[in-house]
Amino acid sequence: MTVTPGAPGRARIEARTLRTDRWWLAPLVTFTGLMIFIIYGTVRAFQNANYWVPQYHYLAPFYSPCLSAVCEPGSSHFGQWFPDLGPLVTPPLFVLPFVLGFRLTCYYYRKAYYRAFWLSPPACAVAEPHAKYSGETRFPLIMQNIHRYFFYAAIPVALVLTWDTVIAFHGKDGGFGIGLGTLIMVVNVSLIWAYTVSCHSCRHIMGGKLTHFSKHPVRYWLWQQVSKFNGKHMQLAWASLISVGLTDLYVSLVAGGAISDLRIFN
Amino acid sequence: MTEIERHNYDVVVIGAGGAGLRAAIEAREQGKRTAIICKSLFGKAHTVMAEGGIAAAMGNVNSGDNWQVHFRDTMRGGKFLNNWRMAELHAKEAPERVWELETYGALFDRTKDGRISQRNFGGHEYPRLAHVGDRTGLELIRTLQQKIVSLQQEDYKATGDYEANIKVFQELTITELVKAGDRIAGAFGYWRESGRFVVFETPAVVLATGGIGKSFKVTSNSWEYTGDGHALALRAGAALINMEFIQFHPTGMVWPPSVKGILVTESVRGDGGVLRNSEGKRFMFEYIPDVFKEKYATTEEEGDRWYTDPDNNRRPPELLPRDEVARSINSEVKAGRGTPHGGVFLDVSTRLPAEEIKRRLPSMHHQFKELADVDITAEPMEVGPTCHYVMGGIEVDPDTGQSAVPGLFAAGECSGGMHGSNRLGGNSLSDLLVFGRRAGLGAAGYVDSLTGPRPLVTEAQVSQASKDALAPFEGSGENPYTIHTELQQVMNDLVGIIRTGEEMKLALKKLDELRQRANHIAVEGHRQFNPGWHLAIDLRNMLWISECVARAALERTESRGGHTRDDFPGMDAGWRSTLLVCTTSDEGIDVRRQDQIPLRADLLDLFEKDELGKYFVSEELSAHRAEGTA
Amino acid sequence: MGYKASFKVWRGDDKDGGLHDFLVEVNEGEVVLDIIHRLQATQAPDLAVRWNCKAGKCGSCSAEINGRPRLLCMTRMSTFTEDETITVTPMRTFPVIKDLVTDVSFNYQKAREIPSFAPPPGVQPGDYRMQQVDVERSQEFRKCIECFLCQNTCHVVRDHEENKQNFAGPRFLMRVAELEMHPLDAEDRVSAAQEAHGLGMCNITKCCTEVCPEHIKITDNALIPLKERVADRKYDPLFAVASLFRRKR
Repeated sequence: MTVTPGAPGRARIEARTLRTDRWWLAPLVTFTGLMIFIIYGTVRAFQNANYWVPQYHYLAPFYSPCLSAVCEPGSSHFGQWFPDLGPLVTPPLFVLPFVLGFRLTCYYYRKAYYRAFWLSPPACAVAEPHAKYSGETRFPLIMQNIHRYFFYAAIPVALVLTWDTVIAFHGKDGGFGIGLGTLIMVVNVSLIWAYTVSCHSCRHIMGGKLTHFSKHPVRYWLWQQVSKFNGKHMQLAWASLISVGLTDLYVSLVAGGAISDLRIFN
Repeated sequence: MTEIERHNYDVVVIGAGGAGLRAAIEAREQGKRTAIICKSLFGKAHTVMAEGGIAAAMGNVNSGDNWQVHFRDTMRGGKFLNNWRMAELHAKEAPERVWELETYGALFDRTKDGRISQRNFGGHEYPRLAHVGDRTGLELIRTLQQKIVSLQQEDYKATGDYEANIKVFQELTITELVKAGDRIAGAFGYWRESGRFVVFETPAVVLATGGIGKSFKVTSNSWEYTGDGHALALRAGAALINMEFIQFHPTGMVWPPSVKGILVTESVRGDGGVLRNSEGKRFMFEYIPDVFKEKYATTEEEGDRWYTDPDNNRRPPELLPRDEVARSINSEVKAGRGTPHGGVFLDVSTRLPAEEIKRRLPSMHHQFKELADVDITAEPMEVGPTCHYVMGGIEVDPDTGQSAVPGLFAAGECSGGMHGSNRLGGNSLSDLLVFGRRAGLGAAGYVDSLTGPRPLVTEAQVSQASKDALAPFEGSGENPYTIHTELQQVMNDLVGIIRTGEEMKLALKKLDELRQRANHIAVEGHRQFNPGWHLAIDLRNMLWISECVARAALERTESRGGHTRDDFPGMDAGWRSTLLVCTTSDEGIDVRRQDQIPLRADLLDLFEKDELGKYFVSEELSAHRAEGTA
Repeated sequence: MGYKASFKVWRGDDKDGGLHDFLVEVNEGEVVLDIIHRLQATQAPDLAVRWNCKAGKCGSCSAEINGRPRLLCMTRMSTFTEDETITVTPMRTFPVIKDLVTDVSFNYQKAREIPSFAPPPGVQPGDYRMQQVDVERSQEFRKCIECFLCQNTCHVVRDHEENKQNFAGPRFLMRVAELEMHPLDAEDRVSAAQEAHGLGMCNITKCCTEVCPEHIKITDNALIPLKERVADRKYDPLFAVASLFRRKR
């Protein structure tokens, strides 16, 4: 691994980096965190079971909305749009491209995986291993520019999760009820919304594209609010990722009977 | 010996701070091929350090402001020693110069109705300083830099060469001005990077090299401030005036050593900061001079009330003029009541809530946090006087900026006269713009007026200049750093903020010794980017100028503005009309007296006679309007 | 209170060079630049270093300390332990001239390639009216002290010399953003940002923001908003359709 071979006139320093701190820690943590999520997500997506708790109306977020003919009875709140296409085409596959696409093209996640997976660069002032680099100028990475369309798609997804949360206030006797699962879903959907509105594209659409804030006081106000969330985009990205995974895990454990839901009311 | 690099320009500007860049823009817009030469990188000049703002009577915040008011404030600030024509041009033209910056892309802070906002500052009657937070100097330098880039882009479109008509030679030091007869013919210097020599052939040189602060131990000035322009002009036969007047800012950082001298802005005191000695006493109440007795609070309670109710209370003595506060701090430290690091405490932490401090003084909070590891919201700062600005400089014609040497122009801090014996805050940036432009215009006009062949730089002159520049490599004496450190100590201790005749005589003796030693300086290594060599060359300039300062200060037997004599503590109206002029002759530095040009009658009439009576001898006031009607 | 610190300082020029060991006195309250100056005054009088204001305001003393791009004058010695060896090297992305001094002319070339502020036609000096909320975004970018640490740390050019041709670097892409957000500027640089100045090369890995001594949010406030403006112009089909109608009208 040579550092910028043949760069004319630069100081002759052979080491890839002279950093003495643990610069590899952050990309390692990111890599591990994202890998755990990917593995868990893949297993869950093809499990095709344990996603619906009819008793309390808990629907696991990985299976929401459940739009396939193979969905468990009662779990398809928005209809069954797709026929049974065999065991390999599980319900999450119809929704996942949109949800994943939003996160995959997100300005924060891009930084995270460019650094942790592609090592481009692994950390600041640490040489990357690639001989060539063209950034986001060519296919496929030029597609990152359509992030805003995934943001548009993320809004109905967040609305669906909100509906899932509303109906999860469901008790044993069919009336109103609250369980630990309900509360987890409330936290999760709040974080999903916070992450969604803190999106850089959202910030641009709300007002960032304007040159004269003074002529658009409402959009300026909106831009200021979104900017506050946007400052925490990284934290929200992780918090919502963890919360969606944990929520899914909790519902799957309850649905599979491994644990029983802790009921608070009814 | 290899061929020496030669360039031919209509106008060569030495210095790329505010004045130099503005002069270069003007010369280029007048159609002159212009070179800009600077010792550091383009855009790093000391102008970036200016915080407060640019004084210009635009009247955006208070419509009562106009050039006459600004003129009066400037003259009062300078204790009426100012060159009145410069003060007049400055007050009249400053607003246009500020507005012009907006057309270059500057973004000042705004008023509610979208104009340039203006802030209050010491000595200015109305809110007058156009500003951008507390980084106005950076905005100024960047704006002018970007204007030059835009002119280069125009030239690129027209000729295919960015540098066809205006070129920046960065990291290049000029060591000598070359004359043909009595006129400027060019300049000689070396690239700091390679050590190679360069000759500029040009009929007009504009000096805009800034100040001389690096001759003092404690200073807010950067390494570039070695008085190069002052010394080049002096050696070329121009005169320096007012060199005894040096402004010491009362509050510079004193700790840690690496930042000793760096400025703590006046607004800290304006916003409620108080000065205490090591015994915890607010000592400024002991130091209110008689002339200010009626205007300043005598008790802490009254002083504290002023911040919220300025109409019914007198202001606290921490807000006395800069020279008074600096002297008081000096006395406290000398009396053994200083802080561990030789300053006094400036405390704002017990005066305002932490959030308020961070909101009002963001850059001070940042500066102390990052540089000194001091949280000013929780503990006091240690401060002491620091050498800040030299009012003296090259004597120039106010309208054109031309010195006594045909073809040699000067603007900015290295020129003298505009600020008299003491400069007001904010008047420096406006000075750069007004007189930078005028010097550029003056130089262009001078070039147009030339007839016949241009003056030539001869081979003999070039080889002499090369020999002089290389002399330090031949020496066998001391390291230049040692001599520089001693020079700074001498100037700080003996020609510093408080002066006495005896000490300055001693200083002159020591300066003489230092110059003998400097003649034998030894420099190691080779010519490529060799800081030891660079310092050896700059050191010669500092020694020349320090002698001017010391001689002029010894000569002036009164205290006025930036010149305080312990043995002559009062201001003497008889000295007001006398300027001290520093020149060189075969015998060395020479200081003589010169009469000040009397103030024009209509400008005299802008003041009340009673006020003028404090500064002028009565015969000088015979032209005042009050005399005519009496 | 003083102690002896071990330093490794890179010395050399564009042909050859290496790390040299020094044992040097350190006193309380000093910064790395003070130590470099002490080396000049005592052990290495011809050690080349660029500096100016010594207060983090001019951006001259950029270098790398223990491999991290930093201003020498803003790195306090108290951030290191007494037994730590401190390595000081020149900025890696630019050709070295001597010791810690590099040739930063790349940045001045790039500065020239960005079209300057274009004054609004017909508005006289003195008649410029702008609201504070409209100038604040550009003002943040104008805090830039041009230390070029962001240019140095950006892997696009740091690790790929060949990209220098087509990439303006974070500092000058931020300059484009600054002018685009200027309330009175009359020029359009959005397409050029992508095509001429290489905005697409940026993969928003945020090292520029990490090293900025002025704490300017280069990535979040300049580069990403600029990428979004480019997306409006070049990659958003809705905008393409809208602009078709605009042209017809």
